[in-house]
Amino acid sequence: MSETAVDPAEVRHVAGLARVALDEESVEAFAAQFAEILEYFEALEEVPETEAEPELVNVMRPDEERDCLSQEAALANAPETEDGYFKGPRVS
Amino acid sequence: MSADADLNAFITEARIEGSEEGPLAGRTVAVKDNISTEGVRTTCGSRMLESYVPPYDATVVSLLKAAGATIVGKANMDEFGMGTTTETSAFGPTLNPNDPERVAGGSSGGSAAAVATGAADLALGSDTGGSIRCPAAFCGVVGIKPTYGLVSRYGLVAYANSLEQIGPLASTVAEAAELLDVIAGPDERDATTREAGADSSYAAAADGDVDGLTIGVPQELIEGVDAGPDGSRSEDAARGAVHAGVRERFEGALAELEARGATLTEVSLPSLEYAVAAYYVIAMSEASSNLARYDGVRYGLPGGFEGNWNETFAAAREAGFGEEVKRRILLGTYALSAGYHEKYYSQAQEARAYVEQDFDRAFEAVDVLASPTMPVLPPKLGESLADPLRMYLIDANTVPVNLANLPAISVPAGDVDGLPVGLQLVGPAFGEETIIRAGSALA
Repeated sequence: MSETAVDPAEVRHVAGLARVALDEESVEAFAAQFAEILEYFEALEEVPETEAEPELVNVMRPDEERDCLSQEAALANAPETEDGYFKGPRVS
Repeated sequence: MSADADLNAFITEARIEGSEEGPLAGRTVAVKDNISTEGVRTTCGSRMLESYVPPYDATVVSLLKAAGATIVGKANMDEFGMGTTTETSAFGPTLNPNDPERVAGGSSGGSAAAVATGAADLALGSDTGGSIRCPAAFCGVVGIKPTYGLVSRYGLVAYANSLEQIGPLASTVAEAAELLDVIAGPDERDATTREAGADSSYAAAADGDVDGLTIGVPQELIEGVDAGPDGSRSEDAARGAVHAGVRERFEGALAELEARGATLTEVSLPSLEYAVAAYYVIAMSEASSNLARYDGVRYGLPGGFEGNWNETFAAAREAGFGEEVKRRILLGTYALSAGYHEKYYSQAQEARAYVEQDFDRAFEAVDVLASPTMPVLPPKLGESLADPLRMYLIDANTVPVNLANLPAISVPAGDVDGLPVGLQLVGPAFGEETIIRAGSALA
């Protein structure tokens, strides 16, 4: 087997980082699938080094006032609002 | 039409009228459900956004309306674009118009099926790793994945934003090119757009003239001819081998182009063996970041108020996301996490540069590259879901194009026992006219 054996504890850890709750059944299924998929990804270790020149350039614009969504439109899809604010769960 | 209702091509049927006049006046368009439509719900095929109604139009939707098109619905898709069959949609799969026991392809399966059945004259899809070309091939229509930066992504709900483009699907290359003319061009709301496409006349390029065109055939994309008559030998399928019938149709299409004056030449792109792995690592990593916004507070399925915010966000995401989306978010989170970032994400970026360079080199000698769009015929419903890695591998011919930011077209190239086969033509960056001209020789 591969060095990237993934155990259920590792799946739970990553799911925690990603803020996705999982039931036990999903944890077990993902652990098996992830081992296979990550093993396939390991081929990337053999990629030869390439001299790449990224063509990225920053695109700037003047910081000017412009029309934007109204408060009402911005809140329209929120499950809960209060006094013109989004309402979320408690922080801790 | 009833055929359409049976195929589940639309998540939401709607009628959005455009201006009275314009190049698309009188034409109907299906819009993939990850493209924002003001006042019409946009679900991305997900429970998470089941009741999300965008407060603004995507740039491409504004352009459609200004061009006189009538939008007839929001097309079904794999959840957030994550799939190759439209089976990961929370609203059920789109069925293949040629055989309802088979998938329409994905992720823009609804867009392709709508065009194939005539439920819409034209359609918009999005293509992150083949999501326009795959369903175009499986449904027997034309699909174009434009060069990265040709079409604005403003209002496209992000999955893997460094890879994806919005593009047209239609019955003919000329019609797809007409739609591309409407949506191409720079947009100040998408800083990755370029000047290219501002005054395009892609439709005029659809003249079918391939005399003198040099077509390269990457040997890496047509390997595995011996996959058996039904193409089902699992070890070959697992390597992404080409189905024998698909290979035959592909060679038939090339022979036709040759008869019309094109020259064929074998080429080799050794980098392509890393393309699927590189694509999935990058796409999953970007997805894990892009989909972090779904916390059920500003929009989307709420997680309630039990426990602290980490617990409620995790609850909302467990209930709102399907299995494939969770799989990709988790694998992307893993690939970016401490200790693994170098091994997976950095190496995938290295592979992406290698693939780009390989294509650049190939285009020094040829005008376009040709391959089967999909190495297989449309799978039966349910066949691909159980084995995610196997589903990823059938994207082998389409994902390299997204890694290299290039344009590509899929055109119908006949059928095998009534199931359509697509020919993919890839061009150099902003070489849309070349692939449209070449593709129009066939459709």
